[in-house]
Amino acid sequence: MRTHIVSLSITVYTKSVNDEPGVLEAKKLQRTRPKFLNLMEIKQPLPAVISVLHRISGALLFFPGIPLLLCSLEMTLNSPQGYVQFQSLLASPLSKSALILLLWFFLHHLCAGIRFLALDLHYGGALEQARLTSKVVLAAGIILTLLISLLIW
Amino acid sequence: MVKRIVTGAHYGLQDWLAQRVTAVVMVIFVLCLAIALLVSPPHDYATWKSLFSDRWIRIASFLFLISLFWHAWVGMRNILMDYVHATGIRLMLQILVILSLLFYTVWSAEILWALEFAWR
Repeated sequence: MRTHIVSLSITVYTKSVNDEPGVLEAKKLQRTRPKFLNLMEIKQPLPAVISVLHRISGALLFFPGIPLLLCSLEMTLNSPQGYVQFQSLLASPLSKSALILLLWFFLHHLCAGIRFLALDLHYGGALEQARLTSKVVLAAGIILTLLISLLIW
Repeated sequence: MVKRIVTGAHYGLQDWLAQRVTAVVMVIFVLCLAIALLVSPPHDYATWKSLFSDRWIRIASFLFLISLFWHAWVGMRNILMDYVHATGIRLMLQILVILSLLFYTVWSAEILWALEFAWR
């Protein structure tokens, strides 16, 4: 046997002489309506985290991502010396870690971007699916980064 | 008198569409590149350079980079519109982004086709 505890609250409004119809409702609305949510305090749902990471990674891919990409393309294609120099630059663990971090930004941006394209085509818009795909996107970005890191380390 | 609204809504759809189209172009290029690199990974300078000696690879790479810069412009513009509210500073930053992307465009053409001219 299950017991359900139900709390009931009844508010009784007594009509005063000054109260025009609608004034009370307006007052109530004013009390509750402008709700300012502190975005730093509330826990963001995973799809929101994916979206914010997509934006941050996008900004970081613009800078320093694009100039670094063009620099390394120029360096490796220009001369054999440049190619060797690039390899020796990448030999240090610090630059390798930086590259892997950028790689994760890129792969997360790619995976989350594909998810957004699917959402634009009305695939996966339901709440459950949206939660599931955001988990998949986060995991895919990290797993692909680890796999490629293993390949290039 | 006809009331004209200077900031029309038309460019929004244009940018939205451009962002998606360039994204698809980049995804296709990156997938092709990843497959090509997995099938025959370049081990030294000669093989790496020979990959870019193909004219069509250079053109495809350039199309990818142009898509990247266009995509970056739409994204950076959205970010600046959302977070930089002072018009003067936002305008300055947007001009900076445009100039840097134009600079990158010329630079990438130079990188990809410098080889060609050096060979001749």
